[in-house]
Amino acid sequence: MQRYSGFGLLKHSLSFHENWQRVWSNPTPKKKYDVIIIGGGGHGLATAYYLAKEHGITNVAVLEKGHLGGGNICRNTTIVRSNYLWDESAALYEHSMKLWEGLSQDLNYNQMFSQRGVYHTCHTLQDLRSNERLVNANRLQGIDNEMVYADQLQKEIPALDCSKDARYPVLGASVQRRGGNARHDAVAWGYARAADSLGVDLIQNCEVIGMEINDGKITGVKTKDYGVIKADRVGCVVAGNSGVLAKMAGFELPVESHPLQALVSEPIKPFLDTVVMSNHVHGYMSQSDKGDLVIGAGIDGWVGYGQRGSYGIIEHTIQAIVELFPLTSRVRMNRQWGGIVDTCPDASPIISETPVKNLFFNCGWGTGGFKGTPGSGNLFAYTLAHGKPHPIAEPFSYYRFHTGALIDEHGAAGVAH
Amino acid sequence: MLHIYCPHCRELREEEEFHAKGQAHIARPLDPDACTDKEWGEYLFFRKNPRGLHHEIWYHTAGCRKFFNLTRDTQTYEIKEIYKIGEQPEVTADKG
Repeated sequence: MQRYSGFGLLKHSLSFHENWQRVWSNPTPKKKYDVIIIGGGGHGLATAYYLAKEHGITNVAVLEKGHLGGGNICRNTTIVRSNYLWDESAALYEHSMKLWEGLSQDLNYNQMFSQRGVYHTCHTLQDLRSNERLVNANRLQGIDNEMVYADQLQKEIPALDCSKDARYPVLGASVQRRGGNARHDAVAWGYARAADSLGVDLIQNCEVIGMEINDGKITGVKTKDYGVIKADRVGCVVAGNSGVLAKMAGFELPVESHPLQALVSEPIKPFLDTVVMSNHVHGYMSQSDKGDLVIGAGIDGWVGYGQRGSYGIIEHTIQAIVELFPLTSRVRMNRQWGGIVDTCPDASPIISETPVKNLFFNCGWGTGGFKGTPGSGNLFAYTLAHGKPHPIAEPFSYYRFHTGALIDEHGAAGVAH
Repeated sequence: MLHIYCPHCRELREEEEFHAKGQAHIARPLDPDACTDKEWGEYLFFRKNPRGLHHEIWYHTAGCRKFFNLTRDTQTYEIKEIYKIGEQPEVTADKG
């Protein structure tokens, strides 16, 4: 792999940038792998990278139905934070946050990770109390999070309407200053390039249509174009389609797939240098480096796989944004889209063994998967390498829905839940 | 935006008036105390989540406030049939 650097940029400019190496190869699959990862999105590619890098397992294939990074990793609103309530989730998301903080150097690929802060605004006394509780919980967990109140908040975010005349006046906010956002595509491409350079086979346009299971143990997967590919272990990281893959393996998941919509505006002058989320008014927004406002809110309430949702949701989202930022009332929207998110009843993911031996699932990230990408891949790689979950991933077992040991993050999971 | 025919109001209305309440025909165990943790957990949390035909409960929240069922394709979002609570669907996956 050619390393990217300022010097490299200069060198390639001499040949008019016509000799850059391909970012990853396009191999045909072998007959057998140590590990097959189904799903070439952010989490799947991260898993492949950490399997090769940290566990020395390079006989790995990532099977992707479409193109790499073409699902939710290119459809999200790129917010990164780790201020969840319970110790289990805080450990998980903080693990991810620590990896984010060194990711550009680790992958030699600019993630454009910008720790610009993430605010959760509070509009009622109950909102304030629950955010104060969250802040205190995070501090005990060693995670930065602090409260700011209306006067201070108005100074920090001048465009936010903190006046008493607002319909739902802003009383304060919790802010995680290490939170922020990153460049979504760079995450997928960075992991893909790094995994490929360590010897992982990234197989695109390779749809899995069945699983080979003998005596309750998986031995390989059936693909549409390449027949059966054998594997010792299989990891399934397919977000919205997890239920479909689970059905192939003969079990159900406690997961429902919903459309989650987002939209961006025309580019306008910079006025918002942070991320603002409001659970109460129900919307969130940040401004990209291009100047577009990146906006999102809740899921469509019904099960859907169509990667599009209903206009009513968009209308409510925009109402919330105009309520928070009145100056945006005449901004025109450029694009709108939907992704399919796999939501769990407790708003926490599943990184787990399954009823089928040697088959592992990493799913249920719901509306908050982007921030988890490095941590998810890192822990799932451990799970696939050792055949048992990493201690941080252990509480996120599929079996918690049998035992009742749920990790209820509906509050801290934010707007979209 | 879905357009949904309410079998009680007998009118086609916009989705905004309704609320999706999830998978239909989930039978509550007759004797919850006799359930194993696994059975009870599956009753509470595990759902079909199909890519294709799905039988759902909907609630006409901003209308007659009555429940009804519908069968919908989760891929195309097309509503195949609407039927009342207590009735069985006619369009099912095994009938193609």
